[in-house]
Order: sequence, then structure tokens, then C-alpha cells
Amino acid sequence: MLTVLLIFLPLLASATVLLVKQPLSKFLAFVVALAELVISIIMAFGFDKTQTAAQFSVHWQWISSLGVNFSVGIDGISMLLVLLTTVLMPGIILSSLNNTTKPPSFYALMLLMQSALIGVFTAMDGFLFYIFWEVALIPVYFICLVWGGENRGRITLKFFIYTLTGSLFMLVALIFLYFHTAGKHSFDIQSLYLAGRGLGESQQVFVFCAFFLAFAIKMPVFPFHTWQPDTYTVAPLQGTMLLSAIMLKMGIYGVIRWLIPVVPVAVNKWGEVAMILAVIGIVYASCIAIVQKDFKRLIAYSSIAHVGLIAAGLFTLNRIGMQGAMIQMLSHGIVVFGMFYIVEIIFERTKTRDLSQLGGIRNVAPLLSSVFIVIMLGSVALPLTSGFIGEFLLINSLVQYQVWIGAVAGLTIILGAVYMLRTFQKVMSGESNPVTALVPDLNYHERLVLYPVVILVLVIGVYPGPLLNISEAAVNNLLSIYSDLSASVK
Amino acid sequence: MSYSLIISLIPILPLLGFVLIALTGKRLVRGFASLVACGSVFVSFCFSLALFIKLVNGGDAFNVVLFNWISAGNFNATIGFLIDPLSSLMLLIITGVGFLIHVYSIGYMHDDAGYNRFFSYLNLFVFFMLLLVMGNNYLLMFVGWEGVGLCSYLLIGFWFKNQDYNDAANKAFIMNRIGDLGLIIGVILIFAHFGSVNYMDVFAKADTVGTSTLTFITILLFIGAMGKSAQIPLYTWLPDAMAGPTPVSALIHAATMVTAGVYMVARNNILYTLSPVSQELVLIIGSATALFAATIAITQNDIKKVLAYSTVSQLGLMFVALGVGAYATGIFHMATHAFFKALLFLGAGSVIHALHGEQDMRRMGGLKKYIPITYLTFFIGVLAISGIPPFAGFFSKDAILSSAFEISPTAWAIAVIASLLTVFYMFRLLFLVFFGKERATEDKMHHIHESPSSITIPLIILAGFSAVGGFMGVPEIFSGGNWLGRFLEPVFSKSLELKSEHHLSHGTEYVLMATIVGFTLVVIAWAYAKYVSKAEVPVAEGVELSGLNQTLYHKYYIDELYEAVIVKPLYWVSKLFDIVVEKSGIDKMVNLAGDVVTDWSKIFRLLQNGSLGYYIFVMVIGVILIIAFSYTR
Repeated sequence: MLTVLLIFLPLLASATVLLVKQPLSKFLAFVVALAELVISIIMAFGFDKTQTAAQFSVHWQWISSLGVNFSVGIDGISMLLVLLTTVLMPGIILSSLNNTTKPPSFYALMLLMQSALIGVFTAMDGFLFYIFWEVALIPVYFICLVWGGENRGRITLKFFIYTLTGSLFMLVALIFLYFHTAGKHSFDIQSLYLAGRGLGESQQVFVFCAFFLAFAIKMPVFPFHTWQPDTYTVAPLQGTMLLSAIMLKMGIYGVIRWLIPVVPVAVNKWGEVAMILAVIGIVYASCIAIVQKDFKRLIAYSSIAHVGLIAAGLFTLNRIGMQGAMIQMLSHGIVVFGMFYIVEIIFERTKTRDLSQLGGIRNVAPLLSSVFIVIMLGSVALPLTSGFIGEFLLINSLVQYQVWIGAVAGLTIILGAVYMLRTFQKVMSGESNPVTALVPDLNYHERLVLYPVVILVLVIGVYPGPLLNISEAAVNNLLSIYSDLSASVK
Repeated sequence: MSYSLIISLIPILPLLGFVLIALTGKRLVRGFASLVACGSVFVSFCFSLALFIKLVNGGDAFNVVLFNWISAGNFNATIGFLIDPLSSLMLLIITGVGFLIHVYSIGYMHDDAGYNRFFSYLNLFVFFMLLLVMGNNYLLMFVGWEGVGLCSYLLIGFWFKNQDYNDAANKAFIMNRIGDLGLIIGVILIFAHFGSVNYMDVFAKADTVGTSTLTFITILLFIGAMGKSAQIPLYTWLPDAMAGPTPVSALIHAATMVTAGVYMVARNNILYTLSPVSQELVLIIGSATALFAATIAITQNDIKKVLAYSTVSQLGLMFVALGVGAYATGIFHMATHAFFKALLFLGAGSVIHALHGEQDMRRMGGLKKYIPITYLTFFIGVLAISGIPPFAGFFSKDAILSSAFEISPTAWAIAVIASLLTVFYMFRLLFLVFFGKERATEDKMHHIHESPSSITIPLIILAGFSAVGGFMGVPEIFSGGNWLGRFLEPVFSKSLELKSEHHLSHGTEYVLMATIVGFTLVVIAWAYAKYVSKAEVPVAEGVELSGLNQTLYHKYYIDELYEAVIVKPLYWVSKLFDIVVEKSGIDKMVNLAGDVVTDWSKIFRLLQNGSLGYYIFVMVIGVILIIAFSYTR
């Protein structure tokens, strides 16, 4: 029941938020996000880490003639992503408080978004998953369209059409699988797994391609990424945060839950191609990040590089890589959230994101600078920050898969330092100039958002054990399903 | 107190110091900040001493596991500490020399606005450095390894308003990361082949893995050492790193951090002993670096740059020792080098302090009577590094040379040349700074003063160690017991078993030693004649130098080469990706797909023009076609 509460509380609240006036609506939204956080933490403590099956699950008949059920549940993999969502949402809402011009509808969309995201991460029914997947696109589209920057119309439309196209391929694949389920057709996840197992190789490859396209666009993986830098750059801060910190994890989660166990033979055969694309993306996006002039765009490209590493590690299909992907999803979400917030804080104060115009902020805003350093270290994966745990495990799995692929992926260690240190130098170091000389330091609620980020980056880096434990059983289970299936077809 | 608590507290105390100073920022009174910083390191030193005494008295190595850090699949890494003779010695050097440099910084950084920040970074550095040497597994070593790199970055760019310093800091961090990539892949391969990253598990199974694999692994590890210990080809960051405050150069870029590579290879001695190819590589890189850096040092005019190249060269010598399998000797030289190079840097800092920031030796000269304590202690440092008996460097350098002579006469010859060059540039430095005419501006000479006691006391203590430190490893031929060698023996026992024992005859050893000392004296005399008697001063900036000197002065143009071969191409490739591939390639294709759909839609849209007559006409045609079609069937 708690899962249902998690999904529907923000949905109902979003309607309420629309009805009340500012500033009540934003505080209501914040309170609801906090309540969600509390509920999810209660769930995390009640979560049985040894169990592989979904917990807190609910199974309601919905459209029984089509075999569609409202079935949701949480296993270790879902648990971590639900936590990521509920931890970041209060922060995202809080980050908008500087700017008081946002109407209630903005906050209603945020809550709607949260509802859909949690739905995606907990759905145990193919049709339900698809519904949540598409619903999640709508609020973020409007957030970007209405409150975005220059050229937002054209860019958000491209984003919308691009991701929607991907999703349609997924829908086709889901329906295709549905018609191959045994007995009375059903969208139940286990039936779909079985249906996937029953497919011949070429059919599996078709399903693989369709799913992969949808997920690859969402993440995004090279070369399906071109919507991302533009969209991240024009979106309002909260839109960028939603997209980068949480929404792209839908794509990764999709691969884990809806691709690898569904068509194991095709994954076995074509996973390597996906891996190589992802690895190319790491180097490619890192290089492009080096020459960016716009601070926000630079972080957008760095995000592509980091996500590329996660995707590559996933396709090694070993436990180290999969666990690395899980923890890196959390770390990336937290780090990128903090990073974009810093970009926005500096933009609000200086009215520019042009790196060549910034500099010397360290002289006037030491707190901001220190927070930037810690988050940057998380981003370049310095040991004892959260970024290191995931990056090390992912590179570990890749090196074990093939040492040269691992070495190329590992270039992110070097290139990440190149672009992040360059950015830090250009933004923070040097003499202050007229643009930056009067930048005030972090204010009260900025600190309220950023300090937890700093603490999380460090705590996860030093003691990741509890988080790794949560997903361990589920990851093992998933990989054993995968290897059983890929073996049984052969 | 139990030993495991003491061991845990050694790194935790400096960490707490860092946290306390960093969180309070400028609110903390300066005196209190330095008290916290110095105090925490001093207590760690006392604890280290306690452990050291326990080990000297024949105690077993300590292995303390605190908690499971990362565990995923079959991978497992703990936060755990191993205190054996090697790490115990390192602890003493880090906390001992570290403490002296902390004290020195009280005086040196006295007027700096970032006083508290400086001490917080120093404490953080000590914490990471301690993790590096105390970790009982590769991953924890890697934590320290990258952590000290971070502190080095923060401290090189300590005066962050100067973008040149920031460039130097970035260069140091990025070059180190190149090495780190090699290191981490090596560690991962160790895990893949041994199933563990714990030293004890790996060393126990060292001979179960094939030589080619071990060679690959050890070369990768050595790439890490090249970065951190500034060996060819990854050494160019270290001279630039002199942008940081001088105590940093002494602590991080001379005494401790840069020796991490030496520690790491010594720690993995068994793996290197089992892969002769890697050992050969260590020897080649070490000797090449020793010579190469020494030749550059003789033409430099910045007092800290000379010392920086000297450090690179001396690290090369340590790798020569490791490369010929004389691990204990390498560690011995590392220890004595920590004393005398820290002394020399701190002495140089005292000179710079006295002259209000002047670093160019062409504008020094004749300082010995103005700053006598600095002069005397510096002189002892110069004697020690030059290998004049019985100062510290003599014993350790001689031990390296005689071990090298046994294995590879070529390496020995190169090392001897490098040593003689060392003697030359160190005495050149000494003479240019302290002897001859006073070349500093009148204004600077007017304000010249000996440094305060917080600076001179560490100098005196380090001078004492530089004078007598060599006696911890007096070799057999001086009827010494080579105490250090025996103390470290448990760490290297397996390697020593594998190595066939053959020693030089005492006669040969005496002859070699006497020859080298003789040449050393000749070189000193030559330097004296050149820089004191004839009072030559290196030419001013912009004057044309002769071919070889020009090349040396510009450090063989290696920085320019890297700029042209790596930095620029990376930038071009990135630009190419950004402008050509991204914007006119991939994104064009995506947009094209959209445009195609729109174009076709435009054509199909013509069908729906809203005219009723047109629709009826099309409908009639359709009906006729259907009828015609059904008749033809």
C-alpha cells in the first residue's frame, strides 16, 4: 500500500496545489515532497534486503479483458531509484524558491512528474510502465516549454518528438511481446519475460532494437543524444534537474528491468554494440565538454559522458558492473543536481553562463566555492566521494570484460579532470572582474539545498555499504534470470 | 590504549584537524588553527613512534580492519590498515617531517590571508598520505594516492588569484590522473587475477600467476608511479608545482608525496621481482630520469626550480635501486632524501622569505653573513645530497651505486654521472646564493633578516638528521650492521629469497667509493672556481645562449613538445567533434529525419484542401475504380 501512496499522494496533491494560491501552493508542494521522502525512508528501513521478489507490492485488476493490471512493487533496484527521486524532489522544489514568479501550475506539474517517475520505477506491468513512461514526459515538456529560455519552442518540441518516437518503438515491442504471451495474453512482467524467452533470435533482436532505441534516447546514449545539450541548456533549472538527475535514469532503469531479462539472447549478441556506442560516447562527450563556452552546456555534455559509462557497465552483465551502475545512478543524480544548481546560482548573480566572462568568484563567495569543489570532486570521481564508488565498479567490470574497452572508458578519469578543473579555474579562480566582484555568497535556503548534497556525496563515498546492500539481492536475481534465459535458449 | 585504536587514530587525527579548521573557516583564531594542525600531526607522530618501537623490538606486523568499504559481487575492499616495518618507517617520515614543516609554516605563512586554509589543506594532505602508506589493500592505497593528488592540486593553486599557478595546479592534477588511470587498471587486473585486492592475499599467491600477466600488471602500476613520482615521461608537472608555497614544495613535492611511487613499487617488490621485464623498465626509466633531470638542473636560475629538478633526479636514483632489486636501499635513500631535500627546500624558503619573495639566484649572492643559521643548515643539506661522507646522502647513494654496479654497469655509470651533476648544481646553487657579491636590490638587502625561530628550529632539526641520518644504514664494509636493511627485511624477504646473492668484494667497493668521492671533490673545486673565484653569474634573461645550454635552459623543449603533440591535438579533436561531427553531422541527420517527415506531410496535406466538390470528385473516381476492379476479377 505504501507504494500506491507514494504514487498517488503527489498526484492528488498536484490537483490541490492548482486550486490554492501562491505562496501556499509552493509550500504545499514542498511539504508533499517531504512527506514522500519520509514515506520512502520508512520503506527503506522496512525493506527486506535478502528478498529478491518485489516488496510492498500491490496487484489490482484494471483492464482484465486486455490482461492489464495495476501491479506495482519495489525490489532493491526500484528502491534505490525511488529513494533518488524522493530525496531530490524536495531539493528541486526548494531550489525554485529564490524565484517567486512561478505560478501554482508549475508546482502542480512538478508533483505530477514525481508521481509518474515513481510509477515508472515501480510498475510491474508492461502497460502500466508504458503509461507512466509517457505521462512523465508531459509535465517536463510543459515545464521546459513555458519557463524555458531562448528558442525554447523549437528545442523542446524536438526533445518531445525525439523521445516520443523512441517510446513508440517501445510500445510496438511491448505489444509484440504481449501477443506472444502464453495462454490469455497479459502485460504482467513475468509473462513478458517468458514471452521474450519464447521468441526466436531474430524476433528478439527486433524487440531489443525497439526497446534499446527508446532507452538510448532517454539516457541519452551516443549518437542519440543531440536533443540533450540544447534541452538542458534552455530548460529552467528545475526542468534541467528533473531531466538530468532523475528522468534519464528511466532509460537506464528500462535497460535493467525491461531489456536485459526480456531478450537475453539478443542482449548477449548485441549488447556489445550498445556497450561500444556508450564507450564512444564517453570520450566523445568528454572531448566536446572541454571546448564548451557555456557553463550549463558543459555540464550537459559531462552528463552524457557519465551516463555513457553507466550504460557501458550495464552491458558487461556482471554483478560488479550492475552494482556500479546502481550506485552511480544515485551519485550522478546527486552530483548533477548540485552542479546545475551551482550553475544557476552563478547565473542568477552574474546574468551570464559564459565561462570567459566569469572568474574570481572564490574571492567573494568562499562557501559557494567550497561547495563547488566538493561537488566537482564527486563529478571527477575522487575516492571517498560518491562518484568514485560507481566509477570504479563500472570501470572494473569493463576492464574485466575487455581490458582495452575498459581503458578507453577509463579515459573519463583523465578527460573529466580536464574539463572540470578548467571550468573551476575559469569560474572560480583568478582575479574578480566587474561581473563577479559583487557576487554574494550562498543564502540561507541555497545552503539548505546544497549542504545535504555535499553531505550525501561524502557519506556515500565513505560508507556505500547500506546502499549497495539494498540492490544486491535484486541485481543477483536479475542476472541469474538473464543467464538462465540466455542459456536455456541456446 | 589498544594498538588498533592507536593505529586508527594516526590518520584520523589529521583528518579531524582538517575538518575543524575547514568548518570554522576564518572564524578560528590563527594561533589556534596552527595549534590544531601541528598538534594533530604531532600526536600522530608520537603514536607512529610507539608502533615503530614495538616493531623494532620484534613485534609482528599489525593488521587492523575497520569496516567493509565497497562490496559488490565478488569484489570486496575494506578500510583496513597494515603496519609493518615499511609502512611504519613511512609513518615516521610523514608525521615527523610533516610536523616540522607544519611548525615551519607558522612562521612562513604568517602574513598570508589564507593562513587557516593553508593549515587545513596541510592536515588533509597528511591524512591522505597516511592512508596511502597504511592501507592494507590496493584500493585504500589508491584512495590516498588520489587524495594526495587533490591536496597537491589545492596547494599548488593555493594563491588562486594567479592564473599561472592555477595552470600549474591543473597540470599536476591531470598528469597525475594519467598515471592514476594506469594504476587503477593495474589494480583491477590484480583483482581479476588474484580475486582480491588485499596485499597479503595477493603476495601470497604472487607466483601462481603467469609472468606475462604480472609484467602487464606491474607496468601498469609503474605508470601510476611515473605520474606521482615525476618520472619520464610524466615529470613535467613537478617543476611547475613549485608555484605553491615553499613548505608545500618541501612536504609534498620533495619529502613525501612524490615518493609514493617508490613506496608502491617497494610494497609490490615480489611482483616486480617475478617480472624481470618490468624491473628492467623501472631501471631504465629511473636512470634516464636521474640523468635527464640533473642536466636540466645545472642551467636553471630559479632556486626552487633547481631543487625541483634535483628531486626528479633523486627519485630517478631511488627507482634505479628498485630496478636492480635493492628495495631496502631505495627506501633508505628515500628516507635520507626526505631529510635533506626537505631541509634544502625549507632553507630555500627561508632565503626567499629573507629576500621578500625573490627566487632568482642571479639576484641573490653573498647572503651567508646575513642569514647564518639558514646558511649553515643549508650547507649541511648540500653536503648531504652531494654524498660527502659521513653525511646522510653518502651512505644511501653509495648503497644504490654499489647495488647498481653488481647488476648493470651501464646504469651504474649513468647514476654516477647524475650524482656528479648533482654535486655541481647543488654547489652552484650554494655559491650563487650565499657566496660572492651581493646582487639583490638595495631595498631588499636593507630589509634582510634571519627568519624567526619557528623557521630556524625545523631547519636545525632537519640538518641534524641530514648529518647523521645515514647511520641507520651503514653498510657492512664500514663494519656497520645495516640496521635499516635488517629492519625492513620481513617486507622484502620473498624477493630476497628469489634473488641470487652475490656481493661485490670489499676491495672493489672501496675503490668505487674512493673514486666517486674523489670526483665529487674535483667537481666541487670546479664549481668553486667558476662561481666563487671567477664569480660567474648566469646570463640575464633574453641573452642568447649557446646551443646545448639553450636546449638545457629550455628543459629540452619537452613542455613545448607535449603542447604540440598532446594538448593542441586534443583541443583540435574536441573542436572537430563539437563543430563538425556534432553540429553538422549527427544533429543534422536528426533534423533531416524530421524535415523529411514534414516534407512528405506537406505533399499529403494537399489532398485535404477543404473543397467539397473536390472530395465528391475523388469519391466518384474511387467508386468507379472499385466497380471496375470488381468486374475485372
